[in-house]
Amino acid sequence: MIRFDSVTKAYPGTTRPALNGVSIEILKGEFVFLVGASGSGKSSFLRLILREETPTKGAIHVLGQHLNTLASRKVPYFRRNLGVVFQDFRLLPNKTVFDNVAFTLQVIGKSRGFIQEAVPDALKMVGLAGKSNRYPHELSGGEQQRVAIARAVVNKPAILLADEPTGNLDPATSAGIMTLLERINLGGTTVLMATHDAGIVDQMKRRVIELISGQIVRDERQGGYQTQAVPVQGFGRMAEEVAP
Amino acid sequence: MRLGLILGEVGNGLRRNVSMVISVILVTFISLTFVGAAILLQMQIGQMKGYWYDRAQVAVYMCTSLDTTGNCTQSEATQDQIDAVEAKLKSDALTPYIKKFEYENHEQAYKNFQAQLSDNPIASFVTPETLNESFRVNLIDPTEADILIESLSSMPGVQAVEDQRGYLDRIFAVLNAASYTAIGVAALMLIAAVLLIATTIRLSAFSRRRELGIMRLVGASNRFIQTPFILEGVFAALIGSVLAGLAIVGIVQFFVQGYLTTALQSTTTLVGLGDALVVVPILVVVGAALAAASAGVAISRYLKV
Repeated sequence: MIRFDSVTKAYPGTTRPALNGVSIEILKGEFVFLVGASGSGKSSFLRLILREETPTKGAIHVLGQHLNTLASRKVPYFRRNLGVVFQDFRLLPNKTVFDNVAFTLQVIGKSRGFIQEAVPDALKMVGLAGKSNRYPHELSGGEQQRVAIARAVVNKPAILLADEPTGNLDPATSAGIMTLLERINLGGTTVLMATHDAGIVDQMKRRVIELISGQIVRDERQGGYQTQAVPVQGFGRMAEEVAP
Repeated sequence: MRLGLILGEVGNGLRRNVSMVISVILVTFISLTFVGAAILLQMQIGQMKGYWYDRAQVAVYMCTSLDTTGNCTQSEATQDQIDAVEAKLKSDALTPYIKKFEYENHEQAYKNFQAQLSDNPIASFVTPETLNESFRVNLIDPTEADILIESLSSMPGVQAVEDQRGYLDRIFAVLNAASYTAIGVAALMLIAAVLLIATTIRLSAFSRRRELGIMRLVGASNRFIQTPFILEGVFAALIGSVLAGLAIVGIVQFFVQGYLTTALQSTTTLVGLGDALVVVPILVVVGAALAAASAGVAISRYLKV
């Protein structure tokens, strides 16, 4: 579904690459957490999957497409198979909830009939069936994120990318969002979520990929936010520093 | 569905940017009016050439008793010399080029001179003897005057052979300079128009960058994203070019046909409404094409995936 083969991404003008020799495979239907400090390469990882960037070295395959060689004009059509959710929701303030969700279908040329069917379905799925005529500023943060999720999944994408979707939300609301993402995952959509929220990761017991300075240091089934294994190298270094 | 959506976007963009759109309209209006005026001037020159070159003659001036230039030695051209020139004009070598010619003697030359310069004090000092006798030759093809000049100017008794197109060329040079000036002004204004359109479109795109970001994210095709912006630029430029077209038609109708025709009476032909109506579509196409191109370039920055 998603495969990275020793992918390195270096932005021009920087010496340290954002991603350094990353190889990973994510299978269909998986729910994967991407954890790591700010600047560890999580966002670059997601941007590479979206093909907002191309890798400096290595090959990326997503949904059977080789992204390195995908022509620019085919990128929009490729992206129609991906859904994306952000920390800051990115809703259009002058459009209603319904129109925000419908907008993505309109711009990819779906028929009016399809939109009338699909949008209420998506809103019902995220639990906002009664609020389709509200404007984003009339909704709570959790509800706004639900609209964003409805927008991401209304076109039934194979992969849902979530960049810290609970970053702006309180724990109770976050739990609601996670339940929703889990339900979407159960429907067969691969979910890849970058997060800093240790509680959520520990509780969900899903696959965890940890990035430090652009390298994968951990890829654990049913992992927690922090690994249970003792980081030996870290101890060694500390001992050296303490010794003199 | 999609067309409605695109047109809605165009309407939104135009409403949000009214002042910029108005300036685009004005600048394209002025610049294309200059372009149209330049084209009309060229048409006018073409028409005048056609009109006057037909009437332009080659004059073969015979010596008077006062002339020292040419082949003259201060003696009047003899009848033999005049006959020789006439015979030459009738010879097989020259007749294929000549439509007709006539001879103007001292008395006729004096009469014409008095008629043309009746207001001029110089007319009273001129006597028939000081004016050259001449052959007035109409050529079939006015550009072949050199043949006549070559074969006649060395004949005895001929003072000079003059192609009257030379006078006309000076007038045309002035008109040409005017039309080049108009083209120069038009070019500068068009550059301003293109830059203004590009700026307008960038502003419009900036104010809609959230929508653009989401469109790119969900996979709207580039064409779908750029079309509203290009239409926005083309729409503004079209209004400007239609105004320019109206101005050109107005200039021809009221200034050229209304004023100049009565002022100059029938001394020359002038461009008419038919010519103006040829110019209008050129202006509209130029305006729309330039706007589409500059808007397309301006928006391309937002399309990089």
